[in-house]
Amino acid sequence: MKSLQVISILLVIILACLPMVIEKDSTINLLILIFLYIILASSWNILGGYTGQTSLGHAAFFGLGALATRLLWIGGFPILPGILAGGLLAVIFALLIGAPAFRLKGVYFAIGTLALAEILNVTVGNLFPEIASLPVDDLVAYQLTPRYYLFLGLAVVVVGATYILVNSRLGLGMMAVREEEDAAESLGVSALRHKLLALGVSAFFTGLAGGGFAYYHVSYYFQFPFSPGWSLDMLTMVYIGGQGTILGPVIGAVFFVALRQYLALNLGEYHLIVFGVLFILVVLFLPGGIVSIWKKFQDAITRRSKLVPVKNTPDKESR
Amino acid sequence: MTEAVIQNLVFGILLGALYGLAAVGIALVFGVTKFLNVAHGELLMFGGYATFWLFNLFDLDPFLSLPLTIVFLLLIGVVLYYLLFVRMVKLSEEDKIKNTMLIGFGLTLILQNIALNLWTADDRGVTTSYAGEAFTLWGVRFPYVRVAGLVISLVCLFALQLFLKRTYTGKAIRATVEDWEAASLVGIDVQKVYLLSFLLGTALAGVAGTLVLVSFSVNPAMGLHWTLKSLIVMVLGGVGNFMGTFVGGILLGATESATAYFISGNYRQVVGLVLFLLILIFRPQGLFGAKEK
Repeated sequence: MKSLQVISILLVIILACLPMVIEKDSTINLLILIFLYIILASSWNILGGYTGQTSLGHAAFFGLGALATRLLWIGGFPILPGILAGGLLAVIFALLIGAPAFRLKGVYFAIGTLALAEILNVTVGNLFPEIASLPVDDLVAYQLTPRYYLFLGLAVVVVGATYILVNSRLGLGMMAVREEEDAAESLGVSALRHKLLALGVSAFFTGLAGGGFAYYHVSYYFQFPFSPGWSLDMLTMVYIGGQGTILGPVIGAVFFVALRQYLALNLGEYHLIVFGVLFILVVLFLPGGIVSIWKKFQDAITRRSKLVPVKNTPDKESR
Repeated sequence: MTEAVIQNLVFGILLGALYGLAAVGIALVFGVTKFLNVAHGELLMFGGYATFWLFNLFDLDPFLSLPLTIVFLLLIGVVLYYLLFVRMVKLSEEDKIKNTMLIGFGLTLILQNIALNLWTADDRGVTTSYAGEAFTLWGVRFPYVRVAGLVISLVCLFALQLFLKRTYTGKAIRATVEDWEAASLVGIDVQKVYLLSFLLGTALAGVAGTLVLVSFSVNPAMGLHWTLKSLIVMVLGGVGNFMGTFVGGILLGATESATAYFISGNYRQVVGLVLFLLILIFRPQGLFGAKEK
């Protein structure tokens, strides 16, 4: 694990230096997209992967974050507090709906959150039918580099926070709730409190990502970040990477964005069909996601190394 | 004024029948197999497109070509079942729901984009010689095709009820809903029951798709909308009670029309969803479902 930490820190430093080397905007944009999806996948994973509550409504948090940030920013508010406000609005909404939503279990929770997000989606579409375009001043001042650092920073914060959270007592409680709610309750772990905590943290980071989205995109429909596709993307990435792991959502997001870009460039209109097939294959044959490949590989190696001494017992004894 | 209200309500009920039919399909599959097929809306869409093709290429009347559409959907159903869903049969209930939902999302992507490539993103409809005609009763218009939709939905529903109540296979399906382990102990081939229910659900989606096509139109992006409607109605009516599910559909249709008339057409979806959430939270067994335990 120590070496993994060193590698991560090195990777972040390299990523932080990249804008000084890379000239092409398209590369920076691709990296920003990957960071955004890492943030989204990791946030979703806190609730969906570690606490076992499959949400299909995270687009609501993402959209609320984007909405608040964009409106504040257009209104002349500085951007960083604006993004923070977006995150907070998402948390407030999450805590308001949390208690009733968690009365629903399993699939009903999933469908319920989907319905909830759709309510917001339609309502926002009705209230703000126009395009959220930037004032000319902001448009003139638009630069890619600060956006790059914002998303990189957020991604590091989210992944770091997940790491700290799941290694804490609260994180253990969340996983206990995921494994067996009744057993967790009987040990004094309040299921509702841990679910609400996971939902709050998850919504906060998703809201921040929404704020970043509002800062990054020049023009989009206010409704766009609320569309259910975002929720499905988050779920897809986490499952492809490996739910309930720290690295899973990161790998899943990189894989997701890279593969989608690659397929879109090479297969044109058929790329989503191939993507759907790949996703189904992962669900069927790799239930633990991509990270489980490494684990399987490790298991295979340790099994072999255990076998070796057995075969050469005399050798071992002579040593 | 009152006439306009009644007219609105009638259209709501006629639309609600389609919601009901779509929902009975998804509820049948979910009730028996615990497969949550979120690609149900896409199957419905394929039913619509099949009819569209039969009409455009072979000049077949959409109502007369219904058997062919059903056969087409059954073929899709068999392929999907043996390729994907059969692998889910042995999982625990929770894993089954989760995995089939994920597979469903993958399928959604695939089917949507196949439709996009085959039929483009345009809205597709059929215009029959009798398309615009209607009869008037007490000043309220009843378009023939939509009334036919209601009648066909009811016929499907009663046929399904008869099948489930009167035939041996139907009883086997109901027994499996109650308790699949006990059912398999008394010699019911649970695998066969699963396949049959899945196919019945697919066929119902096909019929619903045809009716949606003749009443409105179909496009590649419609799937999620109809899946969501079906899920809402399934929960409204209560899982495992198909009559209740159908009535739930009509109720949703009527509520939506009332919202469109009294509040605003923009919020017709929202009211249905809010209603759904409230029922989900306060009456999880559905409006017509018996309380468990």
